[in-house]
Amino acid sequence: MSQASPGQVTRLLEGLAAGDRGAISEALNLVDDRRSEQREAALELLDGLARREAPHDPYRVGITGAPGAGKSSLLNALVETLRDAGSGIGIIAVDPSSQRSGGALLGDRMRLSGGARESGVFLRSMAARDRLGGLADATQAGAAVLSSVFEWVFIETVGIGQSECEVAQLVDTLVFVAQPGAGDTLQFMKAGILELPDIFVVNKSDTGPVAERTRNELASTLGLTGDVRDETWRPPVLLASARDRVGIDDLLATIERHRAGGRKSGRLEARRRAGQVAFAVESLARRYGEYGLERVGGAQGVADRLASSPDGSVFAAVLDLGREIEGGRAGS
Amino acid sequence: MPNLQEPDRPWLIRTYSGHSSARASNELYRGNLASGQTGLSVAFDLPTQTGYDSDHPLARGEVGKVGVPICHIDDMETLFDQIPLDRMNTSMTINATAAWLLALYVAAAERQGVSPDALQGTTQNDIIKEYLSRGTYVFPPEASIRMTSDVVAFTVAGIPKWNPINICSYHLQEAGATPVQEIAFAMANAVAVLDAVRARDDVPEATLGRVFGRISFFLNAGIRFVEETCKCRAMTALWSELGRERYGIDDERMLRFRYGVQVNSLGLAEAQPENNIVRIALEALGVTLSRDARTRSLQLPAWNEALGLPRPWDQQLSLRTQQILAYETDLLEYPDLFEGSHVVEARTEELLAAARNELQKVLEMGGAVSAVENAYMKQALVESHTLRIRAIERGEQIVVGVNRFEETADSPLTADGDASILKVDDSAEREQIERLLGFRGARSDGDAQAARQGVEDALKNGDNVMPASIRAAHAGVTTGEWADTLRRVFGEYRAPTGVGAARVTASGEGTATLRSRVDALSDDLGRRPKILVGKPGLDGHSNGAEQIAVKARDSGMEVVYDGIRLTPEEIVQSARDEGVHVVGLSILSGSHSLLVRDILQRLDKEGLGDLPVIVGGIIPDDDAAGLLAAGVKRVYTPKDFDLSRIMGDIVDIVGEATR
Repeated sequence: MSQASPGQVTRLLEGLAAGDRGAISEALNLVDDRRSEQREAALELLDGLARREAPHDPYRVGITGAPGAGKSSLLNALVETLRDAGSGIGIIAVDPSSQRSGGALLGDRMRLSGGARESGVFLRSMAARDRLGGLADATQAGAAVLSSVFEWVFIETVGIGQSECEVAQLVDTLVFVAQPGAGDTLQFMKAGILELPDIFVVNKSDTGPVAERTRNELASTLGLTGDVRDETWRPPVLLASARDRVGIDDLLATIERHRAGGRKSGRLEARRRAGQVAFAVESLARRYGEYGLERVGGAQGVADRLASSPDGSVFAAVLDLGREIEGGRAGS
Repeated sequence: MPNLQEPDRPWLIRTYSGHSSARASNELYRGNLASGQTGLSVAFDLPTQTGYDSDHPLARGEVGKVGVPICHIDDMETLFDQIPLDRMNTSMTINATAAWLLALYVAAAERQGVSPDALQGTTQNDIIKEYLSRGTYVFPPEASIRMTSDVVAFTVAGIPKWNPINICSYHLQEAGATPVQEIAFAMANAVAVLDAVRARDDVPEATLGRVFGRISFFLNAGIRFVEETCKCRAMTALWSELGRERYGIDDERMLRFRYGVQVNSLGLAEAQPENNIVRIALEALGVTLSRDARTRSLQLPAWNEALGLPRPWDQQLSLRTQQILAYETDLLEYPDLFEGSHVVEARTEELLAAARNELQKVLEMGGAVSAVENAYMKQALVESHTLRIRAIERGEQIVVGVNRFEETADSPLTADGDASILKVDDSAEREQIERLLGFRGARSDGDAQAARQGVEDALKNGDNVMPASIRAAHAGVTTGEWADTLRRVFGEYRAPTGVGAARVTASGEGTATLRSRVDALSDDLGRRPKILVGKPGLDGHSNGAEQIAVKARDSGMEVVYDGIRLTPEEIVQSARDEGVHVVGLSILSGSHSLLVRDILQRLDKEGLGDLPVIVGGIIPDDDAAGLLAAGVKRVYTPKDFDLSRIMGDIVDIVGEATR
């Protein structure tokens, strides 16, 4: 089915340029494939995509929060609003894998109204697999594939804790969805989660005073901790109701504001670069282990290498570094 | 032994039936009444239950399949042609659209010259169990509870002999509920409705006792019929306890636990199906033995339900089973047989204590509506069902003819193959649509439009929806139009599937072998095998799909399951976008041939013609052969209870397709 074949990369690059959904799906399968020759083909494909002039300026948004907070319905509302405005949207939804069987139950989250799927919305579910953080191996690569076709790419993750760190690295804006009255503000703070999101949304504002109280709690907790990441952006705490379609426009406008500010201050570019370094390090460490990574100078060496070749894509760099490690191994 | 007490009156004897068209069902009803049936139980088709007209795209293949299609007042009048409604007791299995079907029933009665206050019967109208099991919900829980309480408030005032709601623990057992869960969740559902009715301005506190007294239940009766007897006794006790303590009712007549029963379909087997005749009779005993907790009405399924739709002769056998029990045996002559039995009392107390705890737990998380939204109840049911299936797979729970005593002589009952079930003629759908178009053409569109506006106004102003709906019924509004009006105001709802959080329960040697086979396949594929479990059409019976999804996950596969009521188009898009290796479809409504072929054609058009497709459901042999010929890789029916074997097949199929 998905055997890497000569010409596959070229064919997929053409298909993706044409926005062909079959090609998008096949490309996502390829970047998810762990077999060696497929992995090389995947990196070639991703490199090809990175070199190509994108037809638009893609933007990545992460949606995260505790189970039951209403992430999916909020994302649903966002997506329907954007779709109705004519934007193309790609979504990666990550669910946890069972530690015992390795299997996973995916889906059961998006049900767009009005036959949305064919009209510019593409959804791929992924299992978190063996990664502790809760993000799929292929999420970063998958996001790169979707970014080559769609203007908006959303990454939805379930969970609290580690996964926020990972998703924060691969999106441009991270939205945290909080549940009114869940009393988990303190838990969030303990877990260090409040330091990562760029925007907080208290969903289910239709619950009235309960939602209001949660928002105030969150806002004052954020005030206490302060935000040391970036002086150009203070994470706002919004209220929204996915059910009643309230606050959705406001959330979109806030995302746009974060985007514009980030572009102006250079924060966006710095963040994307940091995300690329993290991806390269993770990708090499997973395949070659810490020992292999050390052969190319560890995380710092990878960062230096990426910085020294600003024109090349991170994917080509990973491919090169990987060959170097393998070559070194063969030589020693 | 002389018996000092008056003999008990027989329960209402019914058969759940309806198919093809109002005319065909009317003939069936009149035949059943002539053979001694004492009440009617109407089965509606899925489009009617989910608020679509017969000509809606989602209704394709479903019209007249699992029940009768009722699109408008003419259909309803035809259904009860020559059946005087003031002398009939009619039970309608209808939920999301209960208010509408009751409105049509009232309007049809008015056209017979019968006033609403003379009507007797039941609307099932229990929406919560639809989210948990049966799947014919349409609107969000809060809106649905409001509709339910509208019907309750309206009938308590205007149709005093009507049972406005039949709280169904039946479907909870079908979805896997243990007796304790069946008792507790049914009571939690009743509390949700009663609390909503109590909160209404138009229901004075003084009538709450009457409201309580009109709430009836619909129970299941499984094969462990001694325990089932205890369950009925426990529910009788818990209901009156709730009435006294939570609602302050002390009138004994209002506190009586009134219930009807449909005996278990879940336990009916496809293998040696004649054994079901005996199962059904024993299950009927479980709900009739104890006089103090005896059912008020009884419906028995047909012995061949696991094979397909029963024929009139099959239904007659079920009717005769009831009649033998009621009229031929001495069952009704005695007072309660278990009075003073410390064995039955002890088991009843045990169930009662556990059910009180479970009920308390649900109430503490905010009641049944919250426990639907947070998927607590659904997950509990999926887990119980998984345990049950595993026990059967391992032979710990014996099912005669299925996992023990499997040898059998050739059965003359099924010798003729698919002649032993009823086939709904495909022309039924076409003719129904022709009648619908004719009806729409003949009515006054202006009147219909005005009447729909009346319904919308009532919804928005918080008025009871019933009077406006009855006017709409007379004005020629159709089922789909009425439901669309509600969809516009309330929106549509999707319930959690409950499979996401189901704990891994599989273990043992078979599982280990299976997992290592899946791991090996993953190495070949470069990623884990990914399966799409799809439920096309309007059929909401999702237990089978859920069990397959959970089992596949436990075997190490990645499973995409998006819940019920998907169009073939959505399923094919999902198969493509998700990059799956195999598609599994589950259909129990009888519309498999049309829907599966549609999906195969669409896959082909997407360039996914090689993607293997497997199908599960109640699928007669002839149809299965047709599907296999059309390219389906495997067809599974209820006799394939061994999920591990199905998983093994999937590994083989994906392996072959990859090579």
